[in-house]
Amino acid sequence: MATSVLEHKAPAIPHHYPKTGFWSWITTVDHKRIGILYGATAFIFFLIGGIEAVIMRLQLIGPNGKLVDPDTFNALFTMHGTTMIFLGVMPLSAFFFNFFIPLQIGARDVVFPRLNAFSYWVFLLGAIFINVSFLVGAPPDGGWFGYANLTSARMIPSTAAAPAPGLNIDFWVIGLQILGIASIAAALNFFVTIINLRAPGMTLLRMPMFVWMSFIVQILLLLAFPVITVALVFLMMDRNFGTSFFMPDGGGDPVMWQHLFWIFGHPEVYILILPAFGIASEVLPVFSRKPLFGYTAMVFSGVFIAFVGFGVWSHHMFATGMGPFADTFFSLATMVIAIPTGVKIFNWIGTLWGGSLRFTTAMLFAVGMVALFIVGGLSGVMHASPPADLQQTDTYFIVAHFHYVLFGGSIFGLAAGAYYWWPKIFGRLLDEKLGKAHFWLTFIGMNLTFFPMHYLGLHGMPRRVYTYPEGLGFEFLNQVETVGAFVIVLAFLLFIVNIIKTWMGPANAPADPWHGATLEWSIPSPPQEFNFPNLPRVGSSVPQWDAWRAAGGKLPEPVRVSGDDIHMPNPSYWPLMAAIGLTILMSSLMLIRQWDYWYAITLFGTAWLFFSVYRWAFEPTGH
Amino acid sequence: MERSPGRVWRAWLTRAGLLGLLVLIAGCSQNYHQTTLLPRSDITRLIDDLFMTTVWWAVVVFVLVEGALVYALFRFRSRPGDPEPEQTHGNTTVEIIWTVIPAVILAFIAVPTVKTIVKTSLPAPNPQVDVEVIGHQWWWEYRYPKLGVVTANELVVPVGKMVNLRMWSADVLHSWWSPQLASKRDVFPIFNNTRDKKINPLWFTADSVGDYSGQCAELCGIQHARMGLRVIVKSEADFESWVAKERVGSPLVEGGKVAAAIDSAWKADTVHTKGQAAFMSGGCIACHAMVGTPLAGALNLRGPNLSHTGGRTTIGANMYENTPSMLAQWLRDPQGMKQGSHMVLPRPLTEAEISALVAYLRMHQ
Repeated sequence: MATSVLEHKAPAIPHHYPKTGFWSWITTVDHKRIGILYGATAFIFFLIGGIEAVIMRLQLIGPNGKLVDPDTFNALFTMHGTTMIFLGVMPLSAFFFNFFIPLQIGARDVVFPRLNAFSYWVFLLGAIFINVSFLVGAPPDGGWFGYANLTSARMIPSTAAAPAPGLNIDFWVIGLQILGIASIAAALNFFVTIINLRAPGMTLLRMPMFVWMSFIVQILLLLAFPVITVALVFLMMDRNFGTSFFMPDGGGDPVMWQHLFWIFGHPEVYILILPAFGIASEVLPVFSRKPLFGYTAMVFSGVFIAFVGFGVWSHHMFATGMGPFADTFFSLATMVIAIPTGVKIFNWIGTLWGGSLRFTTAMLFAVGMVALFIVGGLSGVMHASPPADLQQTDTYFIVAHFHYVLFGGSIFGLAAGAYYWWPKIFGRLLDEKLGKAHFWLTFIGMNLTFFPMHYLGLHGMPRRVYTYPEGLGFEFLNQVETVGAFVIVLAFLLFIVNIIKTWMGPANAPADPWHGATLEWSIPSPPQEFNFPNLPRVGSSVPQWDAWRAAGGKLPEPVRVSGDDIHMPNPSYWPLMAAIGLTILMSSLMLIRQWDYWYAITLFGTAWLFFSVYRWAFEPTGH
Repeated sequence: MERSPGRVWRAWLTRAGLLGLLVLIAGCSQNYHQTTLLPRSDITRLIDDLFMTTVWWAVVVFVLVEGALVYALFRFRSRPGDPEPEQTHGNTTVEIIWTVIPAVILAFIAVPTVKTIVKTSLPAPNPQVDVEVIGHQWWWEYRYPKLGVVTANELVVPVGKMVNLRMWSADVLHSWWSPQLASKRDVFPIFNNTRDKKINPLWFTADSVGDYSGQCAELCGIQHARMGLRVIVKSEADFESWVAKERVGSPLVEGGKVAAAIDSAWKADTVHTKGQAAFMSGGCIACHAMVGTPLAGALNLRGPNLSHTGGRTTIGANMYENTPSMLAQWLRDPQGMKQGSHMVLPRPLTEAEISALVAYLRMHQ
């Protein structure tokens, strides 16, 4: 354990880093501050992705919509998907990973605090990079799945009306590579942290369920992101260096892109949903006053989902015509995943059963997640059946399905986490009245927006269409959906109001406002930099409840201590500097087709990166 | 066995509920002209049966699970002064039961799934009409190699005959989707070295005469949304006469050459001669094959074969009705009518040329 490092007396290193203010955030390596940075950034991008969705809904409110151009619409759905997945839900999960993995396992930070800062800065710069495309008028427009050979550039003979491809897809190809580096670095860090920094007594099967699900997500990230990175590099070479990985005229195969993309893309679905499952598994027991039902089954169903999740990717590709054997294999493998998923849902209901349920906003969102995920799971089984999928794939039926899973599942789970953990993060309790209004409006708006999409898809409306003709019967349901989208907008406006109102109120949240079960509730809200003055000892998966019982039902409010003798890592500029160097290096690849000396910038970025890493390596590490 | 009145009542209620749902689903389908829920061919009926099997299971599971959830929410809500609930950690028997039951339900879905996979994905058992489908940005080309027909966007087939499609693309991926008749298959670009590998099959036997809407289902660029198609199912006699008409000047029949009698009749017709002159001088011939022109027999041109445009019901890939005014508007401003389409006029056409072209295109049915 790293306790040997953490417990010895700190050497007195003078350092010039500020403790508060702007520069303290730029140089921070504190997992809690990095978590907050992730959360704030991701929430802004979540709102941008939402605005993109609302513009699309306005375009589709009636037939032959003329609000935006066809190519703008293609950019909107491409960036909506890319933003919500890579810049919204994943970093919102990282918000909670950062803040709560160390707190829940009783650690003082992650194993590599500066690498953690580096992950955030790379994510931020990658997110800005990919959105700069809008400012230069070349937003990615090939879909979030970027199917070759539409994205391979040289396939399409250019005409005056459709000129040679611009930088649109390059922004996407390079932006995703930058984001991938951030994800892999972060995943490695959390993986090692969970393995090494658990408090004494916290065996694997005593870890809180959120930590367990996060642990599985890190493994998925480590295995899935290299695949998409390889695919993106191939695509980049096809676009710039005349290779033919996905180009039929050179003997390549566009279907290979689909295989590579979905070997990443399907585990990615679990990367998006398992953190929400983890949060629900924390929230439901606390507000039922009962431990999680079937803890071990929950762990192993999560592991099983992740494992089998790597063997089902081709269910995204039934329409490519893989033949009866492959169709059968991927269909049955997909159906098998429904079993552990069902186990999770039944265990959540089992947790509620016989409990004493308190309907706080966090609880409402967690229960809402369970209720809505069931719908997404059932429609998932429908298109696990390849012949049925031949009618459903690439239609609004699929859009309905994955919004029940990712909005009803992930976003509801993350919202539950926000209401549950807000007092721990900021020392302030979010307003429950506004919170409940937020929940009910989101719940109603979500169903109004996405349920009719099932019908639209079955009635023949394809995805990714900038408009539809009159006479196919699509008008009414599209209107309903657009109204629903505005209900969701209203709901999230209330959430923002709630945040502002709470921000202006006093920071008076107690250490444990909910009677929580896990270690983060044993320390003051917000926690001090070092989290735990003394490392806790853990005897079960609900250590805080154990302490509460041992104390006869009443625990004293934890006191803040000076913590001067606690060894903590120094702040550093170098993670940000390294991230800037990396971004310059990656950005230079945008210029391959534009400027003969593009590699000069590559070399400059590489030199910057190496210099930063060198300084990083030889910087004093602790105070 | 004698059943209690309560049970009978419940059974009828269940039946009425299911019937109501069925009527709702079917009833909602009447105004939808591109729906998967009113199948009109052998293969889509097989798929629909399978889909409805999954729907009923989903309804049952939905009602039971959401019912249990909602019941728990009401039954176990906290009341003031509640004692601490019993701290149960699990129940092995219950957990085994709720693992096994979903597995059994899935078996009831998996078995018909595999059966239907076998039925639908094997090669056409009894192909009677062969059609080659070629996806282009953003229109569809159809070739009937045995019947000698080349046409665009509107697939014409006889009722009750098994149609066997062999599909590929001339540029990017597309997906040919006719919801009521044939479901969908992706089409892949092929070149000489991949010719046999990437041709995708799809077959169907339409069981009712009519017009059926469909469209491309794979993102293929700026006008993906307007890459429409139509399948026109005709009676056998109507289909025969359609084929006879289409064969005139087809690239697949004597390389587009027509009988001397027809040729001289056209040459005597000023609508034809004036139109053809505009067709040549306006630059249409660079991308389109057309009866009577030197390129009548050309295949693999950039734009659709226009030889029998007058006989089609729509233009622009099922985008506009094929009326003289729409056709004229299209010729005046193709980019305004379909932004980003590959149809670019070398020079603006004069109004005289446009009216000559409209008459000419409509004359050849």
